[in-house]
Amino acid sequence: MQLPPALHSRLAGGPGAAEPLPVERDPAAGAPPFRFAARRVRFPREHEFFEDGDVLRHLYLQDVLTQVTEAPERPRVPEFTCQVAGCCQVFDSLEDYEHHYHTLHRNVCSFCRRAFPSVHLLDVHILEWHDSLFQILSERQDMYQCLVEGCAEKFKTSKDRKDHLVRCHLYPADFRFDKPKKSRGPATPGAAVRASAEAPRDDGEQSGGDAMEVCSEHAASLPEPVGERRTSSHRSVPGILLRQVVSVCFVRRMLGWALGSSLPERRELECWLQQELRARPVLFLSSHFVSCARPVLGPEAQEGKAPSLPLHRGLNWDGRNVGCRCRSYDLLICFSIANCVLIGLNLFSSLILGRTQDRRKEIANKCKPIRR
Amino acid sequence: MWSGRQGRLRPVGCVVEELRCRRREREAALRKARREQQLISKRLLRDDASEEAEGGCVAMILGETEIQHFLRLAQQGTEEKERERALVSLRRGLQHPETQQTFIWLEGSMRTLVGLLTSNQALLQLEAARCLHELSHSEQSAVAEACLPATSYLLTYLSGHSSDFIELCLYTLGNLIVESEAVRRQLLPQGIVPALAACIQSPHLTVLEALGYALSQLLQVKEAPEMIIPSVLGSTLPEHILRLLQPGPKLNLGVAVEFAWCLHYIICSQVDNTLLISHGGLSTLGLLLLDMAGAVQRTEDTGLELLACPVLRCLSNLLTEAAMEVVGGQNQLEDERVVAALFILLQFFLQKQPSLLPEGLWFLNNLTANSPSFCTSLLSMDLIEPLLQLLPVSNVVSILVLTVLCNVAEKGPAYCQRLWPGPLLSCLIGTLAFPDIEVVGQSLELLQLLFLYQPEAAKDFLQQSGLQVLERHQEEAQLQDRVHALQQTALHQ
Repeated sequence: MQLPPALHSRLAGGPGAAEPLPVERDPAAGAPPFRFAARRVRFPREHEFFEDGDVLRHLYLQDVLTQVTEAPERPRVPEFTCQVAGCCQVFDSLEDYEHHYHTLHRNVCSFCRRAFPSVHLLDVHILEWHDSLFQILSERQDMYQCLVEGCAEKFKTSKDRKDHLVRCHLYPADFRFDKPKKSRGPATPGAAVRASAEAPRDDGEQSGGDAMEVCSEHAASLPEPVGERRTSSHRSVPGILLRQVVSVCFVRRMLGWALGSSLPERRELECWLQQELRARPVLFLSSHFVSCARPVLGPEAQEGKAPSLPLHRGLNWDGRNVGCRCRSYDLLICFSIANCVLIGLNLFSSLILGRTQDRRKEIANKCKPIRR
Repeated sequence: MWSGRQGRLRPVGCVVEELRCRRREREAALRKARREQQLISKRLLRDDASEEAEGGCVAMILGETEIQHFLRLAQQGTEEKERERALVSLRRGLQHPETQQTFIWLEGSMRTLVGLLTSNQALLQLEAARCLHELSHSEQSAVAEACLPATSYLLTYLSGHSSDFIELCLYTLGNLIVESEAVRRQLLPQGIVPALAACIQSPHLTVLEALGYALSQLLQVKEAPEMIIPSVLGSTLPEHILRLLQPGPKLNLGVAVEFAWCLHYIICSQVDNTLLISHGGLSTLGLLLLDMAGAVQRTEDTGLELLACPVLRCLSNLLTEAAMEVVGGQNQLEDERVVAALFILLQFFLQKQPSLLPEGLWFLNNLTANSPSFCTSLLSMDLIEPLLQLLPVSNVVSILVLTVLCNVAEKGPAYCQRLWPGPLLSCLIGTLAFPDIEVVGQSLELLQLLFLYQPEAAKDFLQQSGLQVLERHQEEAQLQDRVHALQQTALHQ
C-alpha cells in the first residue's frame, strides 16, 4: 500500500474540511435491479464482524500476545524502620513500607489512633464516636450513615444500618463496623490480629463479632504503649484541653459543636443552637449543663426549666457522661453573665475550630503520599 | 507517551516457535468461545521476578493438613515474618488447581483468609489479597465463587491509598466479575460502580489500568446493557473515561487500551450514546486517532493496534447515532485529517494485523456515506489508488473497499469524473473475475453508478473487453438481472 507523501504533511497540518464538490444525484442510480444506497452501518456487540478484534483483545488480556517488558527491578534498600512515632516496624523494601504506611498511618483517627481503610469510614467513625452532639441528634433523626460510598441512606441505630447493609448491599452478616465499648480491643498488641483472624471452629461467637470488622483496631498493632492510648481514647482530648477554663461538660458541648463544623451537620447544628439561644439565653449551656444544674436548682427550678428542653432524658442523657464535675459556681457565673458567655461561646468555637483545622492540616501534611 | 506497555506481567520464558504454537491454540479456543458467546478472560498479576530471586522453589501441591498448618501459622505465628512466609507458601500452593479445590472445601479456610485480609498487619493483608487473586484466576467457577465473602472488603479497600494493594484488589474483582451472574448480583448492590467512580481519580497509572480492566470486564458481560451500563452512564465514569483518552503527554497506552474497550462496550450496547457525544466523545476519539497515526509513523511495534481497534469501533458506531446532529456531533468530526490518519493506520494494519483492516474500512464507510466533504477529501488527497491496492486482501475487505467507492460515486458526476482516471477500471475488471458473489455484486453496483454519471466509463469498459467478463456471471441467479442491465447500458451508450 503506497500512500501519497503529501498525506503525512496533511496529518501534521492544521484542522480543516475539504470544500465538497457539488452533489447531483440521478434518480436512476440504485434503481432496481440495482440496490446500492450509501448508508452508515452499525454493528452490535455480538456481531461476527467483531470476532477478529475481540480475539485479539482476549489474547492480550491473557497476555499471550504482548511480550511485555521485564518487571522493573525493585530497588533494594537497607532495612529501615517506620518513622511514625511509636511504630517501629522494620522494612526492607519501599513498597512494603508504602503499603504499611497507607494502611496504618494514613486514615487514622486523631483521638483514638484507630486506622481506617478509607476517608469515608474515618469520617463516619469520627462523627459517631467523637462528636458529642451526634448522640443528641441521633435521638431526633436518623444519623447513622450507610457505610457504602454512594449510598445516602441514614438510620436511627447502628443495628438498623447493619440490617440495611446485609439486606440491601448484601454485605456479609458478620461485617461489623462499630463494636460495643466493652470489647474495644484486647490489651496486647498482637491479640487483636489473632481475634480478627479467628477461625469459626475455635470460637464461633467471638469471631462472629470480630472477624469482619473493617475498622477494627488496626492501630492496636502499633507497638506504642497500648495502655496509655486506650485511656486517652475516644473522647479525652477536650477534657485535657480546656478543663481549667470552665467545666468539663461545658467544654464538651463546645467541642462537639466545633467538631460538627467539619461535618455536614454543621449547618443543622448551628441553626438549632441559635434558635435555642434566641429563645432562652440560659439554655445555650445545653441540656448537659442543665442536667448538672438540677441538684443545685432544686426540684421547682427543674420543673420550671427542664420540660421545655427537648433533650432532658435524665441526668446522664448521653449515657456517656459518667461523673460530671460541674460545680455550682460555674453555673452561677454562667447564669449571671449570660451575655458575656454568649460572646465566649463564639470565641471558644473559633478557637477550637482553629485547633481542629490545624490538627487536620497537620495530619494531612504527614499523610502526603510518598512518591516513588 | 506511546512507549510499550509497562508490563507487570512477565513473558513466559520459552522459544518463539513454542510461543507461536501456544498462541494458535489459544486463538482457536477463543474463537470457539466467542461463537458460543462465552468469551471471557482473566488476568493474572504475579511478580515472579522477586520469587525467583528468593530461591525459585517450585510450587507444590498442598494437602489439607498443610493448608491448615499454613493458615494456623499465618494466624497465630509469633513473628510477623514467619506469618508472612506461611502465607507466601500458601499462595504458591494455590497456583495449582488441586490445591485450590482442597482449599475451598476446607472448612473455615476462606473465613480465615478473609480475616487475614482485614487484619491490621499491612503485609499480611497484602499477602492474603495475593492468595485471593490466585483463587480468582481459577478456571473452575466453584473456586472463584468461593471468594464471594471477600468482595465487600475488596471494594472497601478501593478507597484506600496503597496503590499496589488497590491494583491487586481491582484485578481480583475484574477476574471475579466475569465468573458468573451470581457474583455480579452481589457486586452491584455492594456499590462497585460508585467505588470505581471514586477510584478512577487515582493518579497512579497501574491503578488506572487495573480499574479499566475491571470496568471493561463489568461492561462486557451479557446483562450489561440492562443492568450495568445505565448506572455507569449515570455516574461520573464517562467523563473520566473520556479524560483518560485525551491525547497529550499524560496519555498512557496501557490505560487507554482498557478504557477504549470500556467505551466500546458502552457504545455498542446503544443505551445512551447521545450522552457520550454531548461529553465530546467524537472529538476526543478523533483526536486520539490523529495522535495514533502520528505515533505509528514515529515508532515501531508499540502495540497500537490494541488501542486502534476499540477506538475505530467507537467512532464508527457513534457516527450511526441518529440524534447526532441534534447534540452537535456533526461538528465534532469534520476534520479531513481523520481520513489521512485512517489511511496511515490502514497501512499499519496491512503490515501488522490485517485482520483489523475491515474495522478501519467500516469506519471509512461510515465517514463517507453521508458526507460529500469526506468524499472530496478522499479524492483530493489521492487516496483512491491506495484504497484499490487493498482489494486483493480478502473478500470482506474487497466488499468494503467497493462500498466506499460506491459512496463516492453516488454523489454525482463531479465525483465520478475525479474517480474515473487511473487504475479503477482494470481493478474492477479484476474484481468481476472474483469467485465471491458478493464482491462481484458490489462491483456491478459501482459500474452502474459510473456508467450513469460518467458515460466515458462505459466506452472504456467495452474497449477493455469488459463484456466478456460480465458474460461469465449471466447464469448466476443473484447477479443475472444486474449483469443484463449493465450490458444493455454499456451497449446503448
